[in-house]
Amino acid sequence: MAKAKITFTDIDQTVNVPAGTRVIEVSEKIGAGIIYGCREGDCGTCMMHVEEGWNNLTEPSVLEEKVLRENMASRHDRLACQAQILGDCRVKPA
Amino acid sequence: MTAARSERQTVAQPGEAVEIAPGVHWIGVLDPTLRSFDIILRTANGTTYNAYLVRGSESVAVIDTVKAGFAEEFFARLESVARYDEIRVIVLNHLEPDHTGALPELMRRAPRARLYISTRATTMLKALLKPKGDERPFEYETVGTGDEVSLGDRTLRFLHTPFLHWPDTQCTYLVEDGVLFSGDVFGCHHCDNRLFNDLCGDFRFAFDYYYAHIMRPFKTYVMDAIKLIEPLKLKLIAPTHGPILRDRPRRSLTRYRELSSASFSERIDNDERSLIVFYMSAYGNTARMAEAICAGAEEAPGVRVSLYDLEGGELQPFVDLIESADALALGSPTINGDAVKPIWDLLSSLAVIDLKGKLGAAFGSYGWTGEAVRMIEDRLRGLKLRVPVPGLRVKLIPTDEELDACRDFGRALAGAIVSGERGKVIDFADLG
Repeated sequence: MAKAKITFTDIDQTVNVPAGTRVIEVSEKIGAGIIYGCREGDCGTCMMHVEEGWNNLTEPSVLEEKVLRENMASRHDRLACQAQILGDCRVKPA
Repeated sequence: MTAARSERQTVAQPGEAVEIAPGVHWIGVLDPTLRSFDIILRTANGTTYNAYLVRGSESVAVIDTVKAGFAEEFFARLESVARYDEIRVIVLNHLEPDHTGALPELMRRAPRARLYISTRATTMLKALLKPKGDERPFEYETVGTGDEVSLGDRTLRFLHTPFLHWPDTQCTYLVEDGVLFSGDVFGCHHCDNRLFNDLCGDFRFAFDYYYAHIMRPFKTYVMDAIKLIEPLKLKLIAPTHGPILRDRPRRSLTRYRELSSASFSERIDNDERSLIVFYMSAYGNTARMAEAICAGAEEAPGVRVSLYDLEGGELQPFVDLIESADALALGSPTINGDAVKPIWDLLSSLAVIDLKGKLGAAFGSYGWTGEAVRMIEDRLRGLKLRVPVPGLRVKLIPTDEELDACRDFGRALAGAIVSGERGKVIDFADLG
């Protein structure tokens, strides 16, 4: 299975994950500082900033785009509960 | 000036705003009978919900409101210093209901006002102010650090200070007068109608207590906020709860900085990592496991191991210890299908500290079913600790082989502490 590395820069930890893993799954287990609410892409609490590897995450859905807009997300912000890891990336809490 | 008049000026009177700086009024309310705030905080003499009014040459701004049940008192104070049609700016530094309860009515009474909130506050605003029937949703503008709103001869500047203590929190700075409307930051639950910190009773413990329960989980964000606030000229800090800090306001920053440092030094030694092993033991079996785990962990260079019987200590120092540790292991027997209460008491006390990046582990001896270990592991994961080594259970009295397994468990845990050092790559499958 294809692997990818995701780095949580707030705790400086890197995890080697199977491609397709959602960021939330890794972030929770490693204890990174991304905070969660609904876990369903609705509340916007888990917004994170992608420092590197923006294109290595799955495309945001229409619903996620809406929530990001409502939360005034800046460029390269994503919801950790929605984004799946396809290649190497570096993220931190937004 | 007579003594009576002087006294009157320093005490909040019903229906009268209190000037805290030229053209800046406190229009908040006192809640002296409250004894418990938000379920989690004790309030020995109540609290205040502070709101403020700033008059500029062209418009008037209201900064924060009050809890819904106190709205009329708030409006009476507001009306003593301004007309609703003068209000063009309403700022919410934090959207929790104790500060937004009077907002819907204020927006109705002041239709010319525009609402300013932080970028992260929009979803909360929508959830708090759900329009009824054919009501139009409130219009608002989102602001971030450096954004300004002019009141004519005065300027409000916003500072983005998230997670103090909600994602939406911000501070608002009255530039020309050096007044910081800090929201819940630098606040406390202390009700005193003398309002100012140099006149109120001694509220230092309330200040620290509020920090410990509200701000402590967000220490990193506190330090980020202090960096934003520190360069400002500060004549007065006006928080949303408790006394207004006009006497040496900068001392509050110093105290926040002190409180935001770990209770103990960050590391015992710069090169050492810290593992704390806690246990409860009914017949000494879980205790023997704990000792063997410690013995195994101590073999790892660079890991300092500490062993504590939970039965022999108070919770608070243990919470402080965990805050500055890299890992904790919890041992519990299983009694009636559950871990024992002191373990849950400890685990439920950890919400006030930042557990980010720490490791957890569970072990225990059992007689019949042994559910405790898995339950503790689940809770550790729920608290977002990484559990790198599967929990270890021993039926009743540990044999020599089982004590060897405990030593291996300790070695593996210490190994994970060392290998989990910053910068190293961990495999997802090893995250447990």
